[in-house]
Amino acid sequence: MKLRDLWAESLAGMLARPVRSALTTLGTVLGITTLVVTLGIAATAGNQIVGRFDELLATSVTVEVPRGGYHALVSWDAAKELRRLRGVTSATALAQNDASSNLVVTANNLLDPTRVSGQTLAVVAATPDLPDTTFGRMRAGRFYDAGHVARGDRVVVLGEQAAAMLGIDSLEDAPAVFVKDRAYTVIGIIGGLKREQILASAVLVPPGLGPDFGLKDVTRVLVATQLGAAELIARQAPLALSPNRSGELQVNAPPSPKRARDGAQDDVNGLFLVLGLVSLVVGAVGIANVTLVTVMERVAEIGLRRALGAARRHIAAQFLLESSLTGLTGGVIGAGLGMVTVVGVAAVRQWTPVLDVRLALAAPVAGALVGLLAGLYPALRAARMEPVDALR
Amino acid sequence: MPEPVIALSGVCRDFPTDPPVRALADVDLRVDPGDYLAIVGPSGSGKSTLLNVLGLLDRPTSGSYRLDGVETTTLRDGARTRLRGTRIGFVFQSFHLLSHRTVVENVMLAEVYGPHPRGGRRARAEQALRQVGLEHRIGFVPDRLSGGERQRVAIARALMARPALLLCDEPTGNLDSRNTGAVLDLFDGLRADGLTILVITHEDEVSARAKRRVRITDGVLRETP
Repeated sequence: MKLRDLWAESLAGMLARPVRSALTTLGTVLGITTLVVTLGIAATAGNQIVGRFDELLATSVTVEVPRGGYHALVSWDAAKELRRLRGVTSATALAQNDASSNLVVTANNLLDPTRVSGQTLAVVAATPDLPDTTFGRMRAGRFYDAGHVARGDRVVVLGEQAAAMLGIDSLEDAPAVFVKDRAYTVIGIIGGLKREQILASAVLVPPGLGPDFGLKDVTRVLVATQLGAAELIARQAPLALSPNRSGELQVNAPPSPKRARDGAQDDVNGLFLVLGLVSLVVGAVGIANVTLVTVMERVAEIGLRRALGAARRHIAAQFLLESSLTGLTGGVIGAGLGMVTVVGVAAVRQWTPVLDVRLALAAPVAGALVGLLAGLYPALRAARMEPVDALR
Repeated sequence: MPEPVIALSGVCRDFPTDPPVRALADVDLRVDPGDYLAIVGPSGSGKSTLLNVLGLLDRPTSGSYRLDGVETTTLRDGARTRLRGTRIGFVFQSFHLLSHRTVVENVMLAEVYGPHPRGGRRARAEQALRQVGLEHRIGFVPDRLSGGERQRVAIARALMARPALLLCDEPTGNLDSRNTGAVLDLFDGLRADGLTILVITHEDEVSARAKRRVRITDGVLRETP
């Protein structure tokens, strides 16, 4: 018997009773759909939660420096030294305190009674690495550099919101801002900050100018690490910054993204996976049942085929293939329905659907396997039938 | 003298019931190529058992059965199945057509399990249907045919595999007299073409058309003139 003949006979056998075949498929469809939806939603939801720990967050370490008394816990140079740690891409030391957070800043020192010219803004002292560490972009001008710091130039960089509030949108005529009646040249406007976005409404000054505003000591160190290095850097940074008093520093490191994903998937999977498997078993029992009934109904056909020269294995192969095809059909439909459901749920929740190609391919195979297993006993029954009895 | 198509010698078939039943008792039978033989007998006489043995559907308890010169009693299951598929064409009382397949597909079924090539199968099936005068019914499903037509489809199916022997079990049992006549005419034609036909029947009209008649009573075979 040729494979194409076997295929044609099985297909014809399955299509002989289309309604029954369709109903038989239903069990597998439900089972496979449940499985695909479960795994798909779990992957999608897992990715969603992981999505919040995005690359930026996963590479951000912040060290909070408490007030150190007479001696500063962390020196301004220490942040630069931190770059020598493997895995650190950039580090910035900041200084900010309550007093510096509410300073009246004006764009000129004319007193115009009709307008509110002063804005209450935060003044923050920061080392020149800030644009790198916060992934900020200069909207205009430039950031101050080591030279400005060394010379003690009276320059500032405005966050873009601060600049907008002060009405400074271009640096062409070298604007200045006045804080505590002293003038500072604005040399740049920084925007697009990815972390520490609050700095967009701050006035950034070089560390050397900090004492003007009561900002002598470093209060915070921002560290950007390479992907995957955050955990390590979080342990090493305090030691590097303040070898003698590292225990006093507080480190904020991102939680391990891996654990978050596993946790999310475990929650969703457990129950529904069991549900899917149960429906698959029910589907298999359904196929087995119907195939057995079909075998009993088609006793005469089996006898005829034996009379026409069909060996036992031909009969077994035909019924096995029929039940496998039923399972495969269920698997294909189930995989399709499952995928559509996952996409639908993701759309409603405004998630990004995560569809594993392997899942899409494995689901029909699983359906066919279920059909194959379910067909084993009925096929065996059919093959064992004696032609004499079958033709009676 | 050519090799006989069927050569039974000392064939017995016992059923291990309580008490044991001897359905065939020491049967000798020789059927030569081109014979048209009718086996007649009342129900329960062992007709069906004889047909099953002849059709390789059942094994005799003892004795020898040579089909086309091949000793079949010592063959294994697979070899008997192949022999059955290639050498014997079956015609059943209840036709045994697949109701959801067309007439031509039913006929083509005869070649599914043999060594026959797929190419030209449909043409050969249509040829077989032409042989039984049903070329105008090729695309019909069996439900739309009359009983006689259905039996002719079954005969076409049996002829399809070019068997050495056409084994017919009450071929006209479900047919009215007009259809019976048509089927018997067909047998006459096939027989004229040299086919060996063995018909089991209890109808005198059928057996009367055969060249040879054998009566079976309580498992014992007797040639009748």
